[in-house]
Parts: sequence; structure tokens; C-alpha cells
Amino acid sequence: MVLVYIDHQDNQIKKSTLEAVSYGAALAKQLGTDVHGLLLGAVNDDLATLGAYELKNVYQINDAVLAHFDAQVFVKTIAAAATKVGATTIVFSHNQTGKALCAGVSALLKAGLVTGAIALPNTSAGFVVKKSVFSGKAFANVSIQTAVKIIAISPNSYKVVGGASAAATTTPLDITVTAGHVKITAVHKTSGEISLTEADIVVSGGRGLKGPENWGILLDLAKELGAATACSRPVGDAHWRPHHEHVGQTGVQVAPNLYIAIGISGAIQHLAGVNRSKTIVVINKDPEAPFFKAADYGIVGDAFEVLPKLTDAIKKMKASA
Amino acid sequence: MKILVCISKTPDTTAKIAFTDGAKKFDESGVQWIINPYDEWYALVRAIELKEKDPANIIHLITVGGADAEPIIRKALALGGDEAIRINTDSADSFSIAAQIAAVANTEKYDLIFTGKETIDYNGASIGGMLAALIDAPYIPLATSFNIEGTTATITREIEGGEEVVTVNNPVVVSCQKGVAEQRIPNMRGIMAARTKPLKVVEPAAVAALTSIESFELPAPKAGVKLISPDNVEELVRLLHEEAKAI
Repeated sequence: MVLVYIDHQDNQIKKSTLEAVSYGAALAKQLGTDVHGLLLGAVNDDLATLGAYELKNVYQINDAVLAHFDAQVFVKTIAAAATKVGATTIVFSHNQTGKALCAGVSALLKAGLVTGAIALPNTSAGFVVKKSVFSGKAFANVSIQTAVKIIAISPNSYKVVGGASAAATTTPLDITVTAGHVKITAVHKTSGEISLTEADIVVSGGRGLKGPENWGILLDLAKELGAATACSRPVGDAHWRPHHEHVGQTGVQVAPNLYIAIGISGAIQHLAGVNRSKTIVVINKDPEAPFFKAADYGIVGDAFEVLPKLTDAIKKMKASA
Repeated sequence: MKILVCISKTPDTTAKIAFTDGAKKFDESGVQWIINPYDEWYALVRAIELKEKDPANIIHLITVGGADAEPIIRKALALGGDEAIRINTDSADSFSIAAQIAAVANTEKYDLIFTGKETIDYNGASIGGMLAALIDAPYIPLATSFNIEGTTATITREIEGGEEVVTVNNPVVVSCQKGVAEQRIPNMRGIMAARTKPLKVVEPAAVAALTSIESFELPAPKAGVKLISPDNVEELVRLLHEEAKAI
């Protein structure tokens, strides 16, 4: 059985969960087995709708202790549940929650783990999963040798496949949950912003914008596109933008449909964080900027002139569409 | 307080990524090795700051690897730390590394264990989580700040779309990223002192790997950039809409 971890936040199922469910459903088909979900706690969403992504059933452990996230408690609960239902492959999204959980479950079950997977496994001989390594500069094909296997898929690397006309069932699962040691004392939401790792479009700025006071034109463009905003390392280091926006080898790695880089030269460390983007647009006034070599489309020009025009052109395109 | 900092050896961020032996091995020729940036800039520096605040704190550094990992661990000792442990075996996979460190941690009983949030070579982001599960300690991943008063740690960690502040009593395993500390440069005094700091070599526990790398691949090269005039942004919008289907 393929078991997909149903990650949720603010009582809602996350987009990255739908990717993991779609991946799990395709994997179950490939292996000739069923796909189930595992939900810890409760959500407001109707779990039956997960049937649209070909999920058959959701096992739910609704213990009051699970209302607050504690990796140690969740790891033990998931490991016990996976054993109880007889899961042979467990699928997580490798988002922040997946990063907190998949490794611990792997260690408790002695189940081989591949994190940052970007494709379905090759099961023609063994069980080989392709993952991104060297911060996006290469891929590794990793063989899992244990009976129980765990895959954590990279966000935005597997397409959500919906549209099936089935409803998923919900089965309560009885697992003893022990309270943990972690207390959550505050949550700070970067309100109104689109999550960088989940975003379809990312608009990113570098030193070429000259100062934090000039970010307005970039924010206008991002708003028009419904995009998340990001920045290069020097911009994060100079505190022009919050450091969680820093994209690159030592920052966040993103894989959106569209990445628009404005005034970023394209150092190898920055490229490592963005080179899995499907389409890259580079706007830079230096025609020698190395980023152009990694781009699909480029404009050699002054960001301060190009950006407002681009925002306008997108507005017009949308109005006529 | 006893603090353990996990140190990994990785290729420099500018190293050329190439493979040999029928794409089965990373090509190490001409590669400069560094301390994994997350381990060095955040995990190790924060541990050093805690010792500067309270000199009674003891810092151990640990790495899993052959003798070729020693220059890296000496470099880490030059930044700070009281002694280093090298577990004398090639690192096979994340689980085997975590299990080796867990074997040491189970005897040494650390109050705090710091790792980087991931290594920049295999990007597993797994050692901290596995180690915490193996020694049955709380795990706080992706920390952006770490403070401790007595035995209670207050940690900010990244969650999707924001941050969360948690408190937890030690022992605790924390994976560190930007925000936890600022990068430091080793000074001559530190480099000299590192030469005489104890570096203990321990033989590995019997641990089997759960996974193995079959082969590597490099991404397909880009077809080449299509340049559009800055006076014709409408053309870019058209291409993004019709050709790339990105907007």
C-alpha cells in the first residue's frame, strides 16, 4: 500500500499535499496497489474530495495532542500508523513539514528514504528514485534497498492530477499518542504573501535595484502576476528584503513555472537555487550578466524603465484575454 | 551544558560538478573542500556564541568520514569548539551517518545537538531528523534563531508562509539555517589553537545503509536565451503567454 501524508495548515490541506497525493496515486498504479492518505489531527476541508486525486481512503488519527505540531510526536505516530496499516511506500511532500518528519520516520522504521525526489521511481529493476543534488546542479538516481520505502517529493516538481469522479472514504485509526515536549508560543505569518516554495511564479530582485526603496516596481509586477517575491543573497544580507526571501544555494531552492530575475547577475550559487524553474526570464542592463546563459528569455535593459512597462503590458494582456 | 555540532565536508559552492566512473562517482579532481556552509555559518557559530556567553559550556564537533575529512574538522576547530570526534568510516547514506552519530550521542549525552539544515552536496536534510528519532529527542528543524535560559530553549523555526516560536527543554536536536548566527572568519590564534585540540578517531558501529546512489546525471543544457528589445515588452508577454504558457 502507498500511504501519503496529508499535510495541512490552518485547517486546510496544502497544495503540496495534492502534489504528493497525485504522485502517490500514480505510484500505486505503477506498483499495482492502493493509495491511502494519513491525516494527523483534523481539517475543515471535505476529505472525500481527495478522491478527485484518486485517493481511495484517508486514515485519520484525531487525537487532541496532534492539534499542535511536534515533530517527535508526529514521527512516532506516523511510524506506528504506517506499520499498523501495512504501508510499503510512504510519500511526503518535502516542504517544511515533510522536512521535519520524513527523516525521523525513516530512522524509526529503518525504511530507506529519498528526499527531494523529482520523478516517479524506476521500478523495472529494483526501486530507483531520481532526486536533485548539488543544490540543483545535478541529479542522482538513488536505489532504496529496504522493504518499506519513503519518498519525499520536491514541491512543484510533480503536477497535480485531479478530476477523477470518486469520493475518498475516511477511516479513523486508533493509535496511542503520547504528548511531547515542544510548546508553540507564537506564530508569525508573513500575511498576504504567497509561499515561495509553492508559488507558480516568482519575481526576484538583486543589487541592480540599488536599494530597498526601489522595490515598489517589483512588488507591482509580482502583484499583477500573483507571484511570490524573492531576492539574491547580497540583497538578503543587506537586509533590503527579509532573509526568508533569499533564493540560492544557501537560501531557498525554488522550482516555479516562471522565474523572473531582475537586476541579478546570476552567480553560480544563485543559479543553483533556481535552475529547476521551467521558464526563466532575466532582465538586466549588463548584457554580459552570466544569468542570460541560464535564461529562456532576456531583456537587456534598465529595470526601472522595463518593469513598469512590463506590468502594464501584462495588465493589458489580461484585460483582453 | 554539552553541545554537539555535526560537521560535514562538502565541495566548495563554486566547484565544477562533474562525474566519473560511468557517472557513478562525483569527480573530486581539482575540487576545493569546505565545511558545509549551514554547519559552519549557523550551527557551529551559534554553539561558539553560547560558549562565549558561558565558558562552562563544552562543544564537541563530530564528523563521519575517512582521514581526508581531518583538514575540514581542524578548520572547524579553528573557529571554535573544545574537541572533535571523527567516526572512521566512509559516509554511505544519511541513515548510516545519523546512526553512527547516534551511537556516540547515546553515550555522551549531549544537551544540545546542532546540525546545518542540509548539506549542499546531497541536499538530504535528513541527519537531524534521523538522529533525533534514534536518540528519542525533540527535533526542531529549520531554526532561524536559538536562545537558551537554564535548560529551556526558545527557538524560532521556519514554517510555510511564516515562522513559529517554540520552547523546549533540552536535550533537543536543532537544524540551523540563516538567522541563527552570522558567518565568522577564523583568526590566527584560533588556527594555532586548533592544532593542539584533541581530535578523537573512533571506530564505526555496525550499521547498514538503507539506500545507495546508482548514478548521477547533469541537467540538459538550455537551448539559449531569446533576447527581446526593452522597447517591446509586449513581445515578452506574448511569448510567455503563447510559447512558454507560463502566464
